[in-house]
Amino acid sequence: MKILVCISNVPDTTSKINFTADNKEFDKNGVQFVINPWDEYALTRAIELKEAKGGTVTVLNVGEADAEPNIRKALAIGADDAIRVNAKPTDAFFVAQQIAAVAKENSYDMILMGKESIDFNGSQVHGMVGELLGIPSVVPAFKLDLVDDSTARLEREIEGGKEVVEVKLPFVASAQQPMSEPRIPNMRGIMTARTKPLAVKEPVGAEAKAEYVHFSKPEKKTGVKMIEAENAGELITLLRNEAKVL
Amino acid sequence: MSVLVFVEGLNGEIKKSSLEAASYGSQVAQQLGTTATAVAIGEVHEEALTKLGEQGISKVLYDADDRLKQFVADAYVKVIAKAAQQESAKVLVFSNSNIGAAVGSKLAVRLNGSLATNVTSLPKTDGGQFVVTRGVFSGKAFADVALISDVKIVAVKKNSFEAAHNAGNTATVEKLSAELTDADFAAAPKETVMQDSDGGVLLPEAEIVVSGGRGLKGPKNWHLVEDLAKVLGAATACSKPVSDMDWRPHHEHVGQTGITVSPNLYIAIGISGAIQHLAGVNSSKVIVVINKDPEAPFFKAADYGIVGDAFEIVPKLIEAAKALDK
Repeated sequence: MKILVCISNVPDTTSKINFTADNKEFDKNGVQFVINPWDEYALTRAIELKEAKGGTVTVLNVGEADAEPNIRKALAIGADDAIRVNAKPTDAFFVAQQIAAVAKENSYDMILMGKESIDFNGSQVHGMVGELLGIPSVVPAFKLDLVDDSTARLEREIEGGKEVVEVKLPFVASAQQPMSEPRIPNMRGIMTARTKPLAVKEPVGAEAKAEYVHFSKPEKKTGVKMIEAENAGELITLLRNEAKVL
Repeated sequence: MSVLVFVEGLNGEIKKSSLEAASYGSQVAQQLGTTATAVAIGEVHEEALTKLGEQGISKVLYDADDRLKQFVADAYVKVIAKAAQQESAKVLVFSNSNIGAAVGSKLAVRLNGSLATNVTSLPKTDGGQFVVTRGVFSGKAFADVALISDVKIVAVKKNSFEAAHNAGNTATVEKLSAELTDADFAAAPKETVMQDSDGGVLLPEAEIVVSGGRGLKGPKNWHLVEDLAKVLGAATACSKPVSDMDWRPHHEHVGQTGITVSPNLYIAIGISGAIQHLAGVNSSKVIVVINKDPEAPFFKAADYGIVGDAFEIVPKLIEAAKALDK
């Protein structure tokens, strides 16, 4: 079983988000980066499947050199090797083409990634990769098991319920909780990660189809109106007559 | 050239989020001096199709293939692509639902188009550009993004646009056949399981959400959240620790790694307001926070707040809400 897990390098969930002075780019200053939390569900599930059935887990990141500490972290958690496509991930289509190019060279049995990245929240790359490779994409999946060597059974979320889907390998799936319980790397993992292979590849020629031109932040709330606990019922009146939401 | 809106049917009706997309699409069409056509997939009554005129849709294409009643990405993509080709559509509009996101990314590749998901604004189209605003950094920021391909695909964030209801306007309905084959249904679901609905409101589509956190002390106290939700016609939700402890199912978890909601009213009971939770709710129009800790960070992001014991406050709210005339 050869599994490819795609990871993004994103600002930590507790980060305050700021932009450069011209509001054209995200300001990385003082920001801690982590493996995209959604991708961690995919990564841990891939490692669990490898532990149960044998095989390899390869981690793929499309990004610049500053993503390498988190690629090493994925190796420390239990991936076997890694590939970094050395390019700024400009938009989803560009990233999807890089992933598809790597996948074509290596014929993986499954390609897993998070449901979305917590920075650009696009939810686009998995579907695009599936379409580029002509294989099914099952999104967003919260359960993934192998039925036999050529078939996987997934449960995916739909509004108001779930669907159970069986697909032939190879396929693409995006992960969300509770697919797996993300792991913290142990000391042995951290030591062995240092010597695991991390290949750096140059990107294939690809075009971006979307251009980010400006960033802004939501308006701050003007202040909270407090209501005494004894008169809690007054809140309902305010919501009806003042806020007009009831 | 026209604007094509993909609308999802469910139990005979068009989903609310798709009505919002239809309104968005017809406004874009107006901006571009053209008309808006809808392509409907799923189980929809003819009457519901005609009524899309109320959202400004002039024509509806409908493929009545029974196999489309359940969602199969490849088949849906084929139907929408066929409609887009037939209408020479240059702008496609979806709801940013699980289905919309799944078909949108595939269509972007197939039609060689630019895709923006999670969109919160109408496009700026002056000077031939097409720039939309979308939510990024999990609700902490917005980005203006230019869609540069000839074909533009926009997935509209739920509850960001109010669906217009111009009573009396009707759309014409035309049959569409995408000539689907068995291969298009190869990845059809084995089984579809809907949550027990008992009149409950779906969280992603809800206009009012009542959400509970650790402050409620245990799943046995969830009747407070449920009773208040019921009287307000709201959906129920919870914080991450609550779903991690299995007090509530994962699909109720609202926050950065759960679902993002933007209802008109979000009521948080016993949730302190960690930055990851705020990311999932801060595009709600009005936020109410009930917490016994006056220093809870959530109060800084709230419009209304009550400091006190939820076990005393919530019953008072339920009583007051019952007394409201509908």
